[in-house]
Amino acid sequence: MPASAKPLSPQRRRFLQDTARMAAGCAVAGSALAYLARDARALPAEALRPPGALPEEDFLAACIRCGLCVRDCPYDTLSLAELGVDGAATGTPFFTARDVPCEMCDDIPCVAACPTGALDPGLTDINDAQMGTAVLVDQENCLNFQGLRCDVCYRVCPVIDEAITLELSHNTRSGHHAIFAPTVHAEHCTGCGVCEKKCVLPEAAIKVLPIRLARGSSAEHYRKGWEEKAEKGRPLVEDLIDLPDRLPGPGTDNLATPGGFEPGYNLPGTGQ
Amino acid sequence: MSTASKAMAGREAIAVKGWLQAHKWLLLRRASQTFFLLIFLLGPWFGLWLVKGTLAGSLTLGVLPLTDPFVTLQGLVAGHIPETTALIGALIVLAVYALIGGRVYCSWVCPINPVTDTAHWLHRRLGLAKGWQPKRSTRLWLMGTVLVVSALTGTIAWEIVNPITLLHRGLVFGIGFGWALVLGIFVFDLFVARHGWCGRLCPVGAFYGLLGQRSLLRVTARDRVACDDCMDCFAVCPENHVITPALRGKGSDTPLILSPDCTNCGRCIDVCSVDVFAFTHRFDTNVSEAPATPADTRAA
Repeated sequence: MPASAKPLSPQRRRFLQDTARMAAGCAVAGSALAYLARDARALPAEALRPPGALPEEDFLAACIRCGLCVRDCPYDTLSLAELGVDGAATGTPFFTARDVPCEMCDDIPCVAACPTGALDPGLTDINDAQMGTAVLVDQENCLNFQGLRCDVCYRVCPVIDEAITLELSHNTRSGHHAIFAPTVHAEHCTGCGVCEKKCVLPEAAIKVLPIRLARGSSAEHYRKGWEEKAEKGRPLVEDLIDLPDRLPGPGTDNLATPGGFEPGYNLPGTGQ
Repeated sequence: MSTASKAMAGREAIAVKGWLQAHKWLLLRRASQTFFLLIFLLGPWFGLWLVKGTLAGSLTLGVLPLTDPFVTLQGLVAGHIPETTALIGALIVLAVYALIGGRVYCSWVCPINPVTDTAHWLHRRLGLAKGWQPKRSTRLWLMGTVLVVSALTGTIAWEIVNPITLLHRGLVFGIGFGWALVLGIFVFDLFVARHGWCGRLCPVGAFYGLLGQRSLLRVTARDRVACDDCMDCFAVCPENHVITPALRGKGSDTPLILSPDCTNCGRCIDVCSVDVFAFTHRFDTNVSEAPATPADTRAA
């Protein structure tokens, strides 16, 4: 700076210093708050949101933690997360299926009570709710999988025969009994948690998990040939060459049934 | 002003006006704070559901929705357009506080106020130093920060730590470890910074302050000529910089306390033994010409 320059105004200097101080302080405080805000998104797997709840990242922008859904829940299913006690973001509503499951009220009072739309008012049929998805997490302890007839999760399911079915298979242990495997069909499961609540085992063999944990997803580009064919009514690609099937027998690499029958043709280079 | 006289603030008013008159607005304020807490507790305690919800959002008598406008604003910048119910609730609250003074929320409703008031009372009694005093504008900066963090993280950021709703919701629904945060504020105000939380840091107070900038309800230092410089009002006022322009004004200077920082708590009216202060509206700029003594019959 040239020595002849006008001395800088002390007020300006003061202002710049104060501003820098405030900005720095706020950057520190803001970072801490942002860290907490990011952290709050980690919803524990056993904490389920009420019916119609927006996806978690949208939910935390929408829920004002007023507790009106909790008040209007006739079964005291919902509670507000307490700081340092429950894992969900402080003050937000959740329920734990094994404690009190959702009873799937027809009029969905919790959604009606929500002033902000954090619980989507577009949900008018409780059967469309997706609070989570039931998963039979422990086949080794599930009584039905051992060939016994417990069936409790199936019987108590509010969407019986759609969300949970019993799939019959042969009981190889006894050789002459059946296994009635409780099977969840995710598109019908609302995640209400009644199955988990009623499971007779000390620790439930069927649990409602958040959809992100419970489900995989099919790749966008997958096409199932049998579905496409059924839709089209004929083969997808016309005039396919019908290649020879691999039959068991000499001259093939099929070792499962060696010495089978000879093919009615000779593949080039395999005759010797 | 000595530490001793600060601790004694209000003694003269009690001697002149009697204990009740010298605590009139304080008692009314405590009654109001108790009322706003009890009305939410009637439901869970006695099954009398006049009001459901919390200070963040509530429904009165099944028809009147009220929503905290600062929470709503954070939700908006976080990217969620709320349903009409919440918007109407926020507008009602906005209108009321714009009229009666934004920071009336701080002194007449907020459940943290008794906590920080107690800390300040003890602070005066123990004669502690004022401690760390960040600028009063810090809360505005923090308010801006909260909005930026809300926008960046897509969450209603302040509600993760907001001690106001945390305490209120805690009392109505169950508090968890929230009491530790409240205790933290008490200790902070007592030992670290006098009037530190409400006066300098709380972004909710900053928001309500901005909201009440043009509010009608004001305290006036109408009888400022009677002031005997006892400084009791300065000792009890949580935002005592607001008093000076009104009380020390001369001639045609407005006697109204027009700073948006004033919480309309009315404690200055209580502790003044010569009744300088009174509640009025913002267009009432009357100033007493001379000390209003009983002998003075020329008044008016």
